[in-house]
Amino acid sequence: MTTQAATHPVEHRPAPQKRPKMIADGVLGMLIFVFTEIMLFAGFISAHAIVRSQVAGEMWPPYGQPRLPVQETAVNTAALLLSGIVLIVAQVAFKKGAVRAKVPLLIATLLGAFFVFSQGTEWTALISEGLTLTSSTYGGFFYTIVGAHALHAIAAIGGLVWAFYELHENRLTSAKLGTVAVFWYFVVLVWPVLYVKVYL
Amino acid sequence: MSDTAGAATQGEHHAHEDHHGPQGLLKYIWSTDHKMIGMQYMFTGMFMAVIGGFMAYVFRMQLAFPGMNVPGFGQVSPGEYNALVTNHGTIMIFWVAMPVLIAAFGNFLIPLMIGADDMVFPRINRLSFQIFFLSAVILLASLFVQGGGFGGAWTAYPPLSAVAEYNQTNLGSSMWLIAVALEFVAFLLGGINFITTLMNSRAPGMKAYDIPLVAWMIVIASILFMLSVGPLIAGAVMLLFDQTLGTGFYDPARGGDPILWQHLFWFFGHPEVYVVLLPAIGVTIEIIATFARKKVFGYKLMLYTTVATGVLSFFVWAHHQFIAGIDPRMANIFTITTLLISVPIAELCFVIIATLYGGSIRLTTPMLWALAFMAEFLIGGVTGIFLGASGADIFFHDTYFVLAHFHYTFFPIAIIGTFAAFTYWFPKMFGKMMNDTLGKIHFWGTVIPFNFIFIPLFILGLGGQHRRIYNYQHFPELAGADMYVLRQIATIALLVMLAFQLVFFFNCIKSWMSGEKAGRNPWKSNTLEWTTESPPPHGNWPVDEMPNVYRGPYEYAHPDREEDYWPQNEPN
Repeated sequence: MTTQAATHPVEHRPAPQKRPKMIADGVLGMLIFVFTEIMLFAGFISAHAIVRSQVAGEMWPPYGQPRLPVQETAVNTAALLLSGIVLIVAQVAFKKGAVRAKVPLLIATLLGAFFVFSQGTEWTALISEGLTLTSSTYGGFFYTIVGAHALHAIAAIGGLVWAFYELHENRLTSAKLGTVAVFWYFVVLVWPVLYVKVYL
Repeated sequence: MSDTAGAATQGEHHAHEDHHGPQGLLKYIWSTDHKMIGMQYMFTGMFMAVIGGFMAYVFRMQLAFPGMNVPGFGQVSPGEYNALVTNHGTIMIFWVAMPVLIAAFGNFLIPLMIGADDMVFPRINRLSFQIFFLSAVILLASLFVQGGGFGGAWTAYPPLSAVAEYNQTNLGSSMWLIAVALEFVAFLLGGINFITTLMNSRAPGMKAYDIPLVAWMIVIASILFMLSVGPLIAGAVMLLFDQTLGTGFYDPARGGDPILWQHLFWFFGHPEVYVVLLPAIGVTIEIIATFARKKVFGYKLMLYTTVATGVLSFFVWAHHQFIAGIDPRMANIFTITTLLISVPIAELCFVIIATLYGGSIRLTTPMLWALAFMAEFLIGGVTGIFLGASGADIFFHDTYFVLAHFHYTFFPIAIIGTFAAFTYWFPKMFGKMMNDTLGKIHFWGTVIPFNFIFIPLFILGLGGQHRRIYNYQHFPELAGADMYVLRQIATIALLVMLAFQLVFFFNCIKSWMSGEKAGRNPWKSNTLEWTTESPPPHGNWPVDEMPNVYRGPYEYAHPDREEDYWPQNEPN
């Protein structure tokens, strides 16, 4: 009696009955991943704090190294936070009707791209002023931490673009959008902490 | 359905499947089936264990008979000795203990035990193994590059690991670090899968307290791993930059701090001990409940204790650094937390002893392994108390006492625990029973020599023998005849133990080829994996036979029933 059912390749089997899920698979998996990422940045930040606290005479930044552009970065930070808020709007709008999410999703992606772009121009300016990865531990920590965040931001923007494409093709589900959004919220929310710890 | 019918169904199933997807060998390499991925992890882990064991053989020969031509290797140079010791540790922890205990058994058992057809993310699971395999290849390749393999110990303390002029292994140390980082990425992906699967894919009716303890333990271990690995990855990125780009994160001359690495490493390194310990304890409790025919004493107690162990394990790491120049007040705090963590571990031991009490015990091969795990791990735990106390540790630090202590914890976990699990689930994995007589010969031939290896090393450590010395003839006070006798006893016991492993491989092949057919439930156990065919088909159960769960996993010797077991999926 079961021979017929068992010969189905597993990809074509009907999904077996399971307990009701409290939270979609993708969102849960991404949340677990985000906790690991939080610990990664906690590691970077505490290493930075320990090295900074041991600098003789509170010279931070060290002599001859440029100061980080606090004001310009504040504008970037505002753009990134705004992008996070717009993404919340997109998620709410998606529940009311998939098409409504299109515009806010696009705005959130563009704001994120603006953030990465202006951080990049900031880097080129700093390199020309003599701050490099090897010029001091100050520079080393700046490029390592902010670079790690930039890689996460680029990956997350890739996710947002993918979600936009899926929406365009009418395949986006709230679980897919939620998975991408959780990662973007992480990128948005970890940044103010890095800004306070590294820039100020 | 009889077993022959089951085998026929399965054969037909495979024949049918050949028309889809990759063919031939590729079918195994690109499989997304959790059982196949579990097997891939298992066999890669076993292959790495053979290499790690060979390394131990080479450097133990050098220690017992300095300067000899080691058969199969030749003369051991100091650089090679360092590379062998370093990579023995790295391989045994990251490429044997973790892949076999967590990845192999986690992959094989979790979906079967919770009544799911596969992992939640099967393709991420496959990617996880592929990255793991790549990391193993890079690690092995690092032994053959110019300058040889990395020789700065598995803890890789800078500045030795960061500066090429000191370690003389410019390429080897970077490749070692990249291999370890890739291995972490593989387990990250695997861990996400385990946790999500356990939470979201359970069979109807399976509540949190109906999950078998070993599945809980593997998932809690995965959570510990995920929460502790971040800082080490951060530290590894900084170390890699120091090695390759010339930054100075760990260089005090340039404003860096070498002790920083020790904090980042041990913040991961100590929870890592519990990451591999918990699955081994889970395996032990499954086996003991089955072969004592008794309900586990205090399921919830055990679960909460495990969580408490996990939380405490994040606050003990600096006991590895008592002589690294940390503040003595901080050393006091870490002594207290370290001694505190022995309380939940002792509780786990008492739960297991209480489960045995009054049971009707059957001394099968898996049961012998499970009991040996408890006995040997206890010695490791008790000797740990000396090292956790900061006063005593100042004397014991970096002696063979430390080495013997952690081998008394890791050997029971990674070797005894793995053999317990392997012999217990072998019928499910391959559909055949293992030969019990050969299994018992292998058991005694492994456990007795194990004690003869490491008890002499405890004595040597108390005698002040330092860990990282290539040839003790250069140190007159450590080169006495009585010390050499102890070193030679340890080495000869190692040779005996390695020889007995041939019995294991012979038993595996013989049982696999011509063993007795196992049937679905050879041990009369309750958990869900025993309700399907052995080996389980793709998808684990036929679609219309997916199990429902009605009770907890340990209902042995229930007074209302005639049989002494009560499978989880039987309504009454």
